[in-house]
Amino acid sequence: MEYLKKYPKLFQWLFLLIVFFGLCFAIDVPETYKFIRGQAEFVKDPNQSVYFFLGKEVRYYAFDVFWRLPPLLGWLPIWINDSLFFLMNEWMPMEFWNEDTQEFKTRPLLLEISRNLTSFMTFLIELIREILLGGLETIVAFTSWDFIDAYPWLELPGLPWTIVAAGAAILSYKLSGKGLALFAGLTMIYISIFGQWKPSMQTLSFILVAAPLSFIFGLGLGIAAYKSKRVEKALYPILLVMQTMPQYAVLVPALVLFGVGDHAAVIITMVVAVPPMILLTILGLRAIPPEVIEAGRMSGCTNWQLMFKVLIPTARRDILIGVNQVIMVCFSMAVISAFIGAKGLGFNLLLALNQLNIGLALEAGLCISLIAILLDKMSLAWANKQTDYFGNLTFFQRNKNVIFFAASFVIGIILAYVGTFIFKGSFNYLFEIPHNKGISTADFWNKGVDWIFDTFFVYIKAFNTWLIQDVLQPMRALYLRMPAVATLVLAVGAGYLIGGIRSALVVAALTLFIALSPWWDRALVTLYMATFGVVISCLIGFTVGTLCFQNKKSAAFMLGVCDIFQTFPSFVYLIPVMMLFGITDTSVLIAVIVYATIPATRYTIEGLRSVPVGLHEAATMSGVNKFQRLTKIEFPLAFPHMMLGLNQTIVFALFMVIIGAFIGTEDLGQYILKALSDKNGAGIGLTLGICVAFIGLIFDNLIRTWVGKRKKHLGID
Amino acid sequence: MSETVIKCESVYKIFGQNAQKMLADSNGNVDAKTFQENGCIVGVNNASFEVAKGEMLVVMGLSGSGKSTLLRCISRLTEATGGKIFIEGQDLLELNNKELIELRRNKMGMVFQSFALLPHKTVVENIAFPLQIKGTNTEESINRAMEMVKLVGLDGRENYFPRELSGGQQQRVGIARSLAVEPDIWFLDEPFSALDPLIRKEMQDEFLRLQEKLQKTIMFITHDFDEALKLADRIAIMKDGIIEQLDTPANIVLNPATEYVRKFTEEVPREKVLIIEDVMDASSKDNLGDLKVSKDEIIENVAEKILTQEKLVGVVDSNNNIVGSIKPSKIIDTVFGGRKNGS
Repeated sequence: MEYLKKYPKLFQWLFLLIVFFGLCFAIDVPETYKFIRGQAEFVKDPNQSVYFFLGKEVRYYAFDVFWRLPPLLGWLPIWINDSLFFLMNEWMPMEFWNEDTQEFKTRPLLLEISRNLTSFMTFLIELIREILLGGLETIVAFTSWDFIDAYPWLELPGLPWTIVAAGAAILSYKLSGKGLALFAGLTMIYISIFGQWKPSMQTLSFILVAAPLSFIFGLGLGIAAYKSKRVEKALYPILLVMQTMPQYAVLVPALVLFGVGDHAAVIITMVVAVPPMILLTILGLRAIPPEVIEAGRMSGCTNWQLMFKVLIPTARRDILIGVNQVIMVCFSMAVISAFIGAKGLGFNLLLALNQLNIGLALEAGLCISLIAILLDKMSLAWANKQTDYFGNLTFFQRNKNVIFFAASFVIGIILAYVGTFIFKGSFNYLFEIPHNKGISTADFWNKGVDWIFDTFFVYIKAFNTWLIQDVLQPMRALYLRMPAVATLVLAVGAGYLIGGIRSALVVAALTLFIALSPWWDRALVTLYMATFGVVISCLIGFTVGTLCFQNKKSAAFMLGVCDIFQTFPSFVYLIPVMMLFGITDTSVLIAVIVYATIPATRYTIEGLRSVPVGLHEAATMSGVNKFQRLTKIEFPLAFPHMMLGLNQTIVFALFMVIIGAFIGTEDLGQYILKALSDKNGAGIGLTLGICVAFIGLIFDNLIRTWVGKRKKHLGID
Repeated sequence: MSETVIKCESVYKIFGQNAQKMLADSNGNVDAKTFQENGCIVGVNNASFEVAKGEMLVVMGLSGSGKSTLLRCISRLTEATGGKIFIEGQDLLELNNKELIELRRNKMGMVFQSFALLPHKTVVENIAFPLQIKGTNTEESINRAMEMVKLVGLDGRENYFPRELSGGQQQRVGIARSLAVEPDIWFLDEPFSALDPLIRKEMQDEFLRLQEKLQKTIMFITHDFDEALKLADRIAIMKDGIIEQLDTPANIVLNPATEYVRKFTEEVPREKVLIIEDVMDASSKDNLGDLKVSKDEIIENVAEKILTQEKLVGVVDSNNNIVGSIKPSKIIDTVFGGRKNGS
């Protein structure tokens, strides 16, 4: 009784767990239940039950409702599909002038909008692509094929790679200095020499279109949300869901709305890249000291002047960090969009992985990673760059970067021209090194992989078998053994104990959505993989973080490593694990663990670092040793921040589990992948994406609420 | 007194959702406690006063007393909940947005506690900012800004960025910026509070020098009573949104209106604040000794001379006419025993 009074929370949790396990044991597995069969499928089976909703027939396997809830939301994907179809093909038919046939044609409004939008995007992408690589599509857009045929010399020549490399180096020098310039130059030379020039430039052109557009929309919406509470409230739930929505899932509806190709990918990339820009714009504008705003108003600024001359320049750094985020999201989308036919590095990577050509995949992956690091460092350098005063500099000093670029432009063209004489008959290596004509190390890597397999096959195989049979299978079985009602009780109970009624309701709604969707079993499998990954990642991350924190240099080093690893698009992580473990669940889980360890480590170090110096000194003066300081002072204070790390770890793990579907898993991701190649996949893909996002949001809500309370309790911010 | 520049008539500022309605219901009888129970916070409670041209009114109060809120009502950075505010006879609260911007561009300048400089502009660009907002061309605005740079003694640093300046220097930029458009009315919101004591004193002296030259109409906010005494023509002491007393420094020290004001005056070194005129006896002009002192002298400066006298000391005005007298013992009384009003 005394304990009950001392630790009431502990007993409440115990009680919750007892109820949960009680329910688990009390509810039997129905005899008709077999994994996968329990789900609503879109095939007709005489054993299925049927219900109608909004005129839609929804079929499912009936179970005891305590075991699995009936898929009452089974109509949602069908309904989404039908609505999309209706909007695209039937809604608001209008007369449009058709240039080719010279007559009016009746077309649905949305289809026409989508067509025009995509052709506009295609034009932008082509334009930049042809500046970098050469071609004649852009010229055709303004003239006609006949015109081109009449003047065969009419073609955009494309920039020699030397000029692009020099441009990247000069820009890096201006933004940061010699180090970055050197890195930029070497990266570009590497890309060129190893024959990845064309796909890299294709990817780059994709980013050059998607990033500025995302920036403009994000900034605009961010400003609108800052100015109006109502807009912010309307945007907030969308922003939340988008943050935890796997990028995969967004691709599917894009197929229906915009078709296949770069243009569809660009538009859908904007959908993913705009939310972080909005968030950082709001954050930046909110962080402006009120006195600066008042100073602006007292200077007699109109609203417009206040926004563009005072607020945005003052929030410059946060907004540019937003740009950094936009660029990185665009880049990772550029890779993943390969699934809907975007050209570039991602496409090559996907192709290589499909052929199990690890060597080629590794080369493409390395390229992707290098460009990711370069883009990240450049945009961060831009954000951190202070404005300089240049009024008292000479003309040359002021414009030296432009002059240097002009000079390298001329030199590059001369070199390319000279190249035509040197490499007569073969490829002009000073102009553009074609794909697969550069140096390739693919064979070396492939041999290496073969060697690894030959030498270590037995051990890897043994490890694999042990892991799958003795750890993963039982764990999966346990997760699937959870009756829906018990899981619901656990989630809602946890919500109530952590955040009261409000949290309980939010968590209940999110869980119910998943439970009522046709993919509850799949969600459990996703959850089991994510849990496994998160537990191991946190163990590693917290340990490594704590160890590295003991020394300032190693902490800074580790944060740097985390920074670099975080810039890699998640897809890249699949390459080395496939190389080592082949196509198994183990590969996916190891990729998950590697990827999710990043935030765990980073937040541990940051959390420990944020413990105030004064407390350290106070602790030292009370004579604690290092270990006591860690356990009594640093851990308790850093714990809330580490929990935020756990939150990020969960999101990262979920992302990777979903992408792991590419290797072949049984979770929600697999269905998303399937939806990508399904004509009617849009509804399924979107609903699945929302399911994954909701899993993330359940934990997000619980952890954030807890952290908020804890921080308030500790009086830290 | 000369013409009135700022005039407030029962200004209220109440924060909260039903502020307007609650104020209307209260019939001008605002009680902070009942308002708080209904979720409203009273910022300014029935403030009425006038500021004459060229006068410096210092509003003094501790944090949360509503002094900054009062200032923001008068600059209309926040909207007053009730009452009337006139700037040079113009009803401030009736102005539309455009007229308000016009007013701020030409008549008002404001200095902030945390300087509030634009981080992406140099010193001279910061100072030229209000001019450029107004539409003055670049060259003219930079020239004018350079004059201001000289006025506040920052020449040579005009191309520095705020991040490269010390706190005192940053506030000089803030002052220069607020003066760039040559405003008639100058608002200063705790301009020196964020500075070190030594710098603060230096800046106060500098500020007095500037004011001597410029003769602006000033509302100056501070939480430092000594600063208020040093700078003010008149002081308004605020507590919980109410102006407890509004008077000259001498009168506040000699006749605190409330217990709250008296507490501030207790620690004040009177000999440094009061002038002879404040303590002289204007009725007796006979039996004077040889020593004559000016009525405008601060007591501290002449105390030693007066205390060595045995007879009454004559007090003269600027034309050397005798206007009163002072007993040597009165000085001792003022400096050491002057707490008779309270305890």
